[in-house]
Amino acid sequence: MIRLEDVKMYFQSRKGLFKTVEIKAIDGVSVEIDKGKTLALVGESGSGKTTLGRLTLRLLKPTAGHVFFEDLNITDLEEVHLKSFRRRAQAIFQDPYSSIDPFMNVHQIVEEPLIIHRIGKKKERNEMVHKALEDVRLTPTQEFSNKYPHMLSGGQRQRVGIARALILKPEYIVTDEPVSMIDASSRAEILHLMKNLQDKYRITVLYITHDIATAKYFADRIAVMYNGRIVEIGPPEKVVKEPIHPYTIKLLAAVPEPDPSNRFKERGVVEGEPPNPADIQWGCRFESRCQLQKEDNCKSKQPTLVQIKPEHYVACFLKDKDKS
Amino acid sequence: MKLLEVKNLKLYYQSTRGTVKAVDGISLDLAKSEALGIVGESGSGKTSLSLALMRVLPSNIDTNEGKVILDGKDITQLSEEEFRKEIRWNTISMVFQGAMNSLNPVLKVGHQIAEPMLLEKTVNKKEAYKKSEDLLEMVGLPKEIFNRYAHELSGGMKQRVMIASALILNPKLVILDEPTSALDVSIQAQIMNLLKRFKKELDISMIFITHDIALSSDLCDKLAVLYAGEIIEKGTAEQMFGKPKHPYTQLLLASIPGLKQDASPKFIPGAPPDLTSPPTGCRFHARCPYRFDPCDKKPPPAFKIEKDHLSRCWLNEGDKK
Ligand SMILES: Nc1ncnc2c1ncn2[C@@H]1O[C@H](COP(=O)(O)OP(=O)(O)OP(=O)(O)O)[C@@H](O)[C@H]1O
Ligand SMILES: Nc1ncnc2c1ncn2[C@@H]1O[C@H](COP(=O)(O)OP(=O)(O)OP(=O)(O)O)[C@@H](O)[C@H]1O
Ligand SMILES: [Mg+2]
Ligand SMILES: [Mg+2]
Repeated sequence: MIRLEDVKMYFQSRKGLFKTVEIKAIDGVSVEIDKGKTLALVGESGSGKTTLGRLTLRLLKPTAGHVFFEDLNITDLEEVHLKSFRRRAQAIFQDPYSSIDPFMNVHQIVEEPLIIHRIGKKKERNEMVHKALEDVRLTPTQEFSNKYPHMLSGGQRQRVGIARALILKPEYIVTDEPVSMIDASSRAEILHLMKNLQDKYRITVLYITHDIATAKYFADRIAVMYNGRIVEIGPPEKVVKEPIHPYTIKLLAAVPEPDPSNRFKERGVVEGEPPNPADIQWGCRFESRCQLQKEDNCKSKQPTLVQIKPEHYVACFLKDKDKS
Repeated sequence: MKLLEVKNLKLYYQSTRGTVKAVDGISLDLAKSEALGIVGESGSGKTSLSLALMRVLPSNIDTNEGKVILDGKDITQLSEEEFRKEIRWNTISMVFQGAMNSLNPVLKVGHQIAEPMLLEKTVNKKEAYKKSEDLLEMVGLPKEIFNRYAHELSGGMKQRVMIASALILNPKLVILDEPTSALDVSIQAQIMNLLKRFKKELDISMIFITHDIALSSDLCDKLAVLYAGEIIEKGTAEQMFGKPKHPYTQLLLASIPGLKQDASPKFIPGAPPDLTSPPTGCRFHARCPYRFDPCDKKPPPAFKIEKDHLSRCWLNEGDKK
């Protein structure tokens, strides 16, 4: 459904008056998502998750590489030719506070994309809004239609965002969850809902999150990003239960699990800060924070994704040897 | 000996829709160098509770009553002037929710950390700056950060600066309101490790406010679960995670995705109640899968399960000892 081929996204950012620096936000990513499947993109802040999501929606044009939607190469398509693509691919920004216009009521918010894409007459649109609200279980829909965002709970606002994205019957959805203020229960509720709708309409999903533990339940594959590159990708049970890349292992150790004995010991952390994407060295990008016994390659060459176990790919020189 | 005792604290706001009962009769206590977690979903009254303790209140207050006893002394009796001099920041300090985004963009961060000390006027600038540098080091930042501005720091660095500033006057109690909820898990883990170290080494008491019950186990000796302005259950970390009694606490725990187990996380259907007209009876009854006869009629009192463990649920009536 979606395929990226060696995609790069470099931003030019001004530094001082005359100098510009190049920020390598995405630096050589190849990945694909099959129709009806979910790929979760996890990794720490600034690793390039949102940038990658925006590239797949062609909200950004890559510096190099190709982006395909089904068989259509959308990398260089002009905006006029993207029209049908824009309808078939949607984004949900899960920040329930900033992504919704506070002066529109729920009905207007959900109806707006139909008006933008000139779909249906008023009566048909009302019917579609009603259906979309029912899909996300904002019922009775009559009651919710007239509410304004400030009258809704955080979880309800997120469902409005989902209804809005779903009303165009997209085939591909990117959901980008920023570091989240929502509690585990609300998050689980939204994800259950998404999963049901995805199965019902066979939607392909890119689920961007910091939360590798929830990704485990809702994704068919998990890709771990570090500093503009995918360092590990595979089915959740492999990546979460048998992680191979040293960064993935550290990331998993940082996930809090409820256990009263936690307070007596320190959590495993990745020491240090990630490298500045404006100032990338030659070798493996995780090299400066990696605690494994290193070899020459680590400092001089970029590791690429290598299949180490069935369906399980890792970019690490030290792990290549463990191939089975 | 108890450091802090809060008795029947209430904080109501006026609003066009009616009185918002954000904190509705909360009692809790905290010993020296103990950490208490306050856990609850968005809008349950967590920030309101901490603002009432710090006496940093908005203008639309309807009711603010109850006792706050610190080191045996009822500090609600103090005048604003006395409170500012003796309590706020000296004895109780706070890392406000979202505060790292309100760092002053034109002041060096080192100066901002020192600011509460400079306002005290008991020390000169040099001493205050020295202390500020020491604190930067303590929170794991290089001294050079002193001369930087907020926009030059990452989120995790800014949050460390806020923590340093809360520690500058050697308070006995620090309130931390969602100190890591804007940070990713790796940076969150670093901050939590830091707080753990402080708790051990500096003998500080902490109130740790979060919507993330799993995270609270990382620091807290005791836990209070807040629902719609009331504490519905409280106990030691072992009691709360080991044998939670209130259905809300149980469901909250079941909603956490585990890395090890395979069952998919559950959720609590429905929305939290409107605090202008809280439900009759138990505030959780409409969402509770176990509700029975008295639940929508009589508000449950806090039943004592065992020492230190209280639950506000009619199911626990029989457990009363
Ligand atoms: N328009 C832009 N101009 C310059 N730099 C940018 C731009 N957009 C993103 N970046 C940089 O690219 C890198 C990746 O950013 P991105 O937002 O994709 O990260 P992320 O993984 O989504 O982080 P988070 O989890 O915090 O949302 C960062 O260093 C960011 O500062
Ligand atoms: N100044 C105010 N005036 C009126 N109502 C208020 C005011 N401040 C907070 N509230 C309301 O009081 C209730 C409790 O708010 P509070 O900020 O204490 O919740 P919280 O538990 O900290 O939530 P969050 O997790 O979102 O930070 C909410 O319903 C909120 O809308
Ligand atoms: Mg992002
Ligand atoms: Mg709050």
